[in-house]
Amino acid sequence: MAHAPREIILAKSLGFQYVGARKAAIQGIDLTIKENEFILLTGPSGCGKTSLCRCLNGLIPNFYQGEWTGELLVDGLSVTTQLTSELSRRVGYVFQNPENQLFALTVEKDIAFGPENLGLSREVIRQRVDEAMNVTGTLPLKDLAPYELSGGQQQRVALAGVLAMKPSVIVLDEPTSFLDPRTAEEVMRATDDLRRELGLTIVVVEHRLDLVARFAERIIVMDGGKIVADGGLEETLDEKFDLLEGLGVGVPRVSLLWTMLRRDGLVSGKVPTHVESAAASLQGMMNQ
Amino acid sequence: MSLRTLEGFKFSTLKTPVHLLDPRTKFLIVIAVLVPALLFANIYVMIVLLLSQIPLLLVGKVARRWALSLRAGVFLSALIFVVNLFTGSYLSAIALTLRFLVLLTSFSLFFMTTSPDDLGLALDRIGAIRWLSRRWLGYPNALSFTFTTAVRLVPTLAVDAQTVVDAQRSRGLELDKGNLLKRVRNYIPILIPLLLIAIRRSLELAEALESRGFPGKEGRTSLFQLRLRPVDYAIIALSLVATIGSFWVFFHYKIPVL
Amino acid sequence: MITLDKVSYTYRSGQKALTDIDLNLEGGDFIAIMGENGAGKTTLAKHLNGLLKPSQGRVLVDGEDTRKASVAKLSRKVGLVFQNPDHLLFSETVRDEVAFGLKNFGFEPDVVNKQVVRTLEALGLSEYAETSPFLLSGGERKRVALAAILATEPDYLILDEPTIGQDYQQKERLRNFILQLYSQGKAVVMITHDVEFVAESNPKVILLSQGRIVASGPADSVLSKDELVKKASLVRPQMSRLFSELTKYGFPSNVVDVHRARILLEEKLSEVKVRVAQNS
Repeated sequence: MAHAPREIILAKSLGFQYVGARKAAIQGIDLTIKENEFILLTGPSGCGKTSLCRCLNGLIPNFYQGEWTGELLVDGLSVTTQLTSELSRRVGYVFQNPENQLFALTVEKDIAFGPENLGLSREVIRQRVDEAMNVTGTLPLKDLAPYELSGGQQQRVALAGVLAMKPSVIVLDEPTSFLDPRTAEEVMRATDDLRRELGLTIVVVEHRLDLVARFAERIIVMDGGKIVADGGLEETLDEKFDLLEGLGVGVPRVSLLWTMLRRDGLVSGKVPTHVESAAASLQGMMNQ
Repeated sequence: MSLRTLEGFKFSTLKTPVHLLDPRTKFLIVIAVLVPALLFANIYVMIVLLLSQIPLLLVGKVARRWALSLRAGVFLSALIFVVNLFTGSYLSAIALTLRFLVLLTSFSLFFMTTSPDDLGLALDRIGAIRWLSRRWLGYPNALSFTFTTAVRLVPTLAVDAQTVVDAQRSRGLELDKGNLLKRVRNYIPILIPLLLIAIRRSLELAEALESRGFPGKEGRTSLFQLRLRPVDYAIIALSLVATIGSFWVFFHYKIPVL
Repeated sequence: MITLDKVSYTYRSGQKALTDIDLNLEGGDFIAIMGENGAGKTTLAKHLNGLLKPSQGRVLVDGEDTRKASVAKLSRKVGLVFQNPDHLLFSETVRDEVAFGLKNFGFEPDVVNKQVVRTLEALGLSEYAETSPFLLSGGERKRVALAAILATEPDYLILDEPTIGQDYQQKERLRNFILQLYSQGKAVVMITHDVEFVAESNPKVILLSQGRIVASGPADSVLSKDELVKKASLVRPQMSRLFSELTKYGFPSNVVDVHRARILLEEKLSEVKVRVAQNS
């Protein structure tokens, strides 16, 4: 990118409490996300990760009622003044359950659904649908029905449907829960490739850090509705390892291994976040 | 009556000339069959109506499945026959049973050759439905979307239903034992989870749809549209002739039951 | 003991789901059945309590052929916990939910009550006894479903994808609970694709691919074989992939668990430390 990345998401003291809830789902959230970042959002169950994501595309406060405090700007728009339908042009959302986000009776019609809602001309819709299918490799599936697809295929179709909206941010809420490990890796890699190609900003919510560690540069950790850590993935795993472990975050096994060895004084240096860097670091230690 | 008989009404994804007809055309065919079938109680009329649909079944390659829908109708046909034997003549009983089969065939043919998608599109175009939808739900296409979503969820919920039955049987639930009251009560552990799952699925779907801009501020475009081709016009014309013709005959002649 | 003897299963549509499955399961066993989505894992599980009867071959549960026994009868011995708790839950309170199976099996009311209290306690759900199961969180509902099946104390417990959607702490609790169960003499079968969870729990692993068993053995041996793991659409555990890069230092190739990895590395690195100290 030629210019400095702009701030695409800006939250100031953001808070939300669902109707009838005893306490706020999120509170005091201060957050700045720049264009083209790949962010991993994690934390124990019930920490507010999903609620935060819902704010990003306007599901909160439009779909979910409750009390909103603070400010949230997404791509320059203030979330509280926009309908979800308007925000959906800027922020795409991929949900955890692959099957329940596919609406139409064929893949092609499903991907067309979003652009159709935008009132675009038929030629533009056709173009966007074809582009989205090409870029996600879902063209061979175009006449199949959602229930005929595998979980991985469904997630790719969901991704294509979101891409057809041409958003600048894509939020993925535990998108690989129902997928087997190989497919999960493919989906994550495809997401990162798209980020690079299209200049997207990606936010992935995930319990299992090892799935995303290779792609995410920044990690935001939540607990009890608040952000308790926010920084580079490597630095945070390095400096705040005990915090993460204490929260029950699924830290990568190689990071755990390194931390234990470092505590015993057998290795030194930064905590690796994935297998390749761990191997390199260990080889370095052995070759001394 | 097992679930197999529903196959006689399920859409089959083929591309026969019948399938490719506009759904509105096919609906008018149903009307063209319905009107004479209901106006007259004549055996010859019924036979003609039944036979005239057979070419459509064959061209549409759904004849075998149609046989299944007939199987579904066997019990009701027999019932109609017997009841009419008591209330009318032998001949009227045959005529009315045939009428039932004609109607059954007509609907079966329609649903087997019309995709729910296209039905949704057709519903979208019908002014009365758009108006109703706007009054009730606030958006002109809400009603047709409701329909399409319902159809879309049917196979998914069918799997869910089987899973719930399996899960509860694994806890010792026996659906085929006990007196009538017990059997009815035994369906509560099936219906409640299924209902909740259906609700949860629709809510998640609604969330996902809203996240993709539904319903949208501006007018909504559709990538796919229904187009009436010459063959559609031809068949529509024929259907209208048949329908109007039936009314005319009805008001001018008295057709006996035979 | 549950025995599967050359079991094959074909759907009515003609699709073959399982081919020639041979399997033995007895008390004290802890087995993980792994494989790609659609490999036949759930189909296999349904054969164990008679929900599905084999097209070929037979399934014997404590000597009884499943084709001749009802699901209700087999469910007394074989508890199958389905993946999605919402497929089970229907009662007004958690207590009622857990009592359902016990009532179906005809236990006396005081036995039912006692078992319900015991099971709720064992799973940390006592505080929710009078709560509606639908008001609980996803993780809690999963535990209620588990309690509902465990209440009748089946000898064989089959868990279908118990770790999906669970955070690390919840998985730890599950692991400890499973440990308790099989050390009490029950047989625990877990259907999963969570490779790291399996690597850390060390069950016997059965790898299923396209309806056939392609591998069977201890977790560290099966999960460290790349071709097998790939076939089942899985990924080798991090430790295994790490140690593949370190074989030139003389490490074994079947390391999958963090703790074993640590011990092996501690040894080698201590030597290095000593060597470095000597040289300086």
